[in-house]
Amino acid sequence: MPDLSSNTGGIRSPNPFWLASAPPANSGGQVQRAFDAGWGGAVWKTLGQPIQNVSSRFGAHSVAGAKAIGFNNIELITDRSLETNFREIYDTKKKYPKNAVIVSLMVETREEWRDIIKRSVDTGADGLELNFGCPHGMCERGMGSAVGQEPKVNQEITSWAVEYSSIPVLVKLTPNVSDILPHGLAAKRGGAHGVSLINTIKSIISVDIDRMVPNPRVDGMSTNGGYCGQAVKPIAMHMVAALARDERFRLPISGIGGISNWRDAVEFILLGSSSVQVCTEVMLRGFRVVEDMIEGLEEYMRTHGFANLDAMIGRAIPKYSEWGNLDLNYETVAKIDPALCIGCNKCMIACEDGAHQCIHPAPAGSRVPVVDEAECVGCNLCQIVCPVEGCIDMAQVDNGFTPASWNQFVEEGRVLRPKKGAH
Amino acid sequence: MVSTPLDPNRAESVFADFKGEYTTEQATLEASRCLYCSDAPCVKACPTHIDIPQFIRKIATGNLKGSARTIFDANILGMSCARVCPVETLCVGDCVYNLLHVPPIQIGKLQRYATDHAYAEGWRFFEAGVDTGKTVALLGAGPASLACAHELRRRGHGCTVYEKRPVVGGLNSTGVAPYKMKADRAADEVDWVLGIGGIDVVTGVNVGEQVSFKELEARHDAVFLGMGLGPDTRLRVPGEDLPGVRGAVDFIEEMKLTPMSLAGVKHAVVIGGGNTALDAVREARGLGVGHVVMLYRGDEAAMSGYAHEWAAAKVEGVRAEWRAVAIGFEAGADGRVSGVLCQRLDERRHPIAGETFTMSAELVLVAIGQSKLAGLVQSLGGIEVHHGRVVTDERGATGRKGYFAGGDCRNGGKEVVNAAAEGKAAAQAIHAYLTGGL
Ligand SMILES: Cc1cc2nc3c(=O)[nH]c(=O)nc-3n(C[C@H](O)[C@H](O)[C@H](O)COP(=O)(O)OP(=O)(O)OC[C@H]3O[C@@H](n4cnc5c(N)ncnc54)[C@H](O)[C@@H]3O)c2cc1C
Ligand SMILES: Cc1cc2nc3c(=O)[nH]c(=O)nc-3n(C[C@H](O)[C@H](O)[C@H](O)COP(=O)(O)O)c2cc1C
Ligand code: SF4
Ligand code: SF4
Ligand code: SF4
Repeated sequence: MPDLSSNTGGIRSPNPFWLASAPPANSGGQVQRAFDAGWGGAVWKTLGQPIQNVSSRFGAHSVAGAKAIGFNNIELITDRSLETNFREIYDTKKKYPKNAVIVSLMVETREEWRDIIKRSVDTGADGLELNFGCPHGMCERGMGSAVGQEPKVNQEITSWAVEYSSIPVLVKLTPNVSDILPHGLAAKRGGAHGVSLINTIKSIISVDIDRMVPNPRVDGMSTNGGYCGQAVKPIAMHMVAALARDERFRLPISGIGGISNWRDAVEFILLGSSSVQVCTEVMLRGFRVVEDMIEGLEEYMRTHGFANLDAMIGRAIPKYSEWGNLDLNYETVAKIDPALCIGCNKCMIACEDGAHQCIHPAPAGSRVPVVDEAECVGCNLCQIVCPVEGCIDMAQVDNGFTPASWNQFVEEGRVLRPKKGAH
Repeated sequence: MVSTPLDPNRAESVFADFKGEYTTEQATLEASRCLYCSDAPCVKACPTHIDIPQFIRKIATGNLKGSARTIFDANILGMSCARVCPVETLCVGDCVYNLLHVPPIQIGKLQRYATDHAYAEGWRFFEAGVDTGKTVALLGAGPASLACAHELRRRGHGCTVYEKRPVVGGLNSTGVAPYKMKADRAADEVDWVLGIGGIDVVTGVNVGEQVSFKELEARHDAVFLGMGLGPDTRLRVPGEDLPGVRGAVDFIEEMKLTPMSLAGVKHAVVIGGGNTALDAVREARGLGVGHVVMLYRGDEAAMSGYAHEWAAAKVEGVRAEWRAVAIGFEAGADGRVSGVLCQRLDERRHPIAGETFTMSAELVLVAIGQSKLAGLVQSLGGIEVHHGRVVTDERGATGRKGYFAGGDCRNGGKEVVNAAAEGKAAAQAIHAYLTGGL
């Protein structure tokens, strides 16, 4: 039985699945129900000076047949009083001593940070998360991503928090920067025990094309919101990996962004996350999604022989490299399995209009299109559009060339194979 | 409205749709399942080659007007076809999902969704072409002539449709099973097609009787033959003239257009194994007859009717008597039919001596085919008739100058969609002929 217990910068939880700081972790009732459902931890909805929210606050990016693959919000931090929140955090921690409760914070002045950190620590919480990420509303008031985008300010506030706190401090980073590394390093210099990322991405989710007003529409107006949900996962994973692979960083990471099932979680862990946080998937489908996440992770660890999470964290990082190190002599071509092909010709139109014009119509009496392997560049497009799992194999070609990357070509003069499809 | 008002109490009105209407949610979900194939097999299977992936994608994006335009541009009878096409053997039968053993896309229901919307919204897509001064006579107001006339109008030719019945729409009004489409919807379609303007319909005129071909030739520049098939074929066995023994197509026409009572009919026997027989058994059940038996000379595998229709009939409680033929009808005390005398056949369809039996029947529907009407034109020089079908080239031109044909009278009896395709193709040939191209 693999050990799922997780440790992120000293914050321990029975499994790596945490609720992200967001509406599902807004109150004691919710967090306790989440723990009952199996969640290992929860980052409480960000506390600060209580605010007032707009009424219409969420929007979704839906495509035919798949609702809300992307999600956005323009809500702010908690709108409940600090007293209520602290009382509920205290009660929750008392009832669930094994689960991780992390208090997310966002205030302005040094005095405010000192005050709120003291009160947070007094609840018995396991850790703090500094919200330097919110990309709407709070940043207009000099907080959230306004802090996260300035490494100096980030470092300074982090150092205050570490000074005032007797429990681990995570810094939640904003993805609204061109390079995440300086921001991760700033948190490290400030003394953070770990980072969480990503917070939401600045976005306009959609436009009401009849009223000609962006959504979510607040009467006749709108504002940019924060984008999250399944669609942001690739962006989030890149940022997690960009920190995890850098020698200078080496801090624990709590991965966030578009995690909706155990497979996503496994990917984040392989890219260096010690724990993973989930918001949108829970908002859309409820706490119960964690059951499958736990089972799936456990089974994955079993089949791959990982006794504990440490054995697995960051395992894909060594294989994340520069383009210049990729083997240009590695060659693949598309091979269609005629027994599986259903004759939809999606590969053909994709290659014809979007790739290299090397899939030709099926000969009379067959429904299987024909790949001209001499012309196929091995781009994967046909495999991507094929509706049948396993029907198109991108098969490696033994072309007799020894591996040669661009860097090896430039530095050592290695021989590159002739280009394909570059007429 | 050219159609005569329909009787609201006509017998067919008791039937509900066998395949229901989609809600927007259902349609969008189903549409988004479509793989948007290229050179799609479903399109190849459609005689009118509707660009199915394109119209379905437009449903998924909420572009219903564009979706309907795609359908009607290929097939102006897309609304009735959506309901009456045997999609299981056409587009849906060839959907690639079948090969994945995943339910195929419900193309007919999606087509119905888009076309019903267009009708409800009153969207119109086509305008008549600039008047060419030429006119065409069309025989019969069935699907073939309607499709032909509409295409001719898009090219600016005048059209006069001559219909012998008081109702227009051909078998779409008088023949198709009411659980697929009722006569009022067929009438809506006629109005929709005629909406392009410039198509005159004269009803109650039997060409060959009230008006001669000679007269048509004098009045018009070309003639389209779209008169379909004739009355039910008769069995020619003793007792066939007893009250209660009827041709199935004749019975169906009465059911579709007038009130009818089957009180007193406890048993019905339908003779035949084709699609008309399968419609008739389901219709008899639907009208409340308790025991309905299909009497067919072959076995289940040999039946020419569609397997999916027979499967539905069985579910509805119809029984079959395989390998037997009717050799006579018995009369009851009231002088009406009371039973069918049957002869059992062997595998080679030869009578087995001594094996006869009688089935009770207060209603017998003979569904062994429709006669051919080609005799009507046989005397016209140049027109060739083969097995009762009017012979044409692939575009629909007959051997007689200025005469074209399409639909059941040309293909021997297929589906509405074939009539639509052939009518449209013939219009293109007529256009070429009228503008000096043929
Ligand atoms: C019982 C039954 C059920 C069917 N069900 C289906 C179905 O579910 N789906 C499907 O796709 N197909 C079905 N079909 C077949 C389909 O109805 C025909 O293939 C189609 O209607 C043929 O169209 P048409 O225009 O060639 O002929 P018709 O629809 O037969 O139209 C011919 C018209 O010409 C008129 N006419 C004939 N002679 C003359 C004349 N001398 N002068 C003037 N007018 C004349 C007739 O009155 C008729 O209105 C069914 C057929 C039958 C018999
Ligand atoms: C409605 C909503 C409110 C949020 N509020 C907060 C917040 O108060 N503090 C915070 O740090 N992150 C907040 N987030 C960001 C989430 O914690 C998380 O970082 C982000 O949604 C990405 O994860 P996901 O793809 O699983 O949703 C919020 C997100 C949503 C959708
Ligand atoms: S891999 Fe790319 S180039 Fe090769 S057949 Fe597929 S789409 Fe065409
Ligand atoms: S996309 Fe796949 S199933 Fe479709 S034709 Fe190509 S190989 Fe066959
Ligand atoms: S074959 Fe099926 S999946 Fe493909 S385009 Fe046609 S309906 Fe869509």
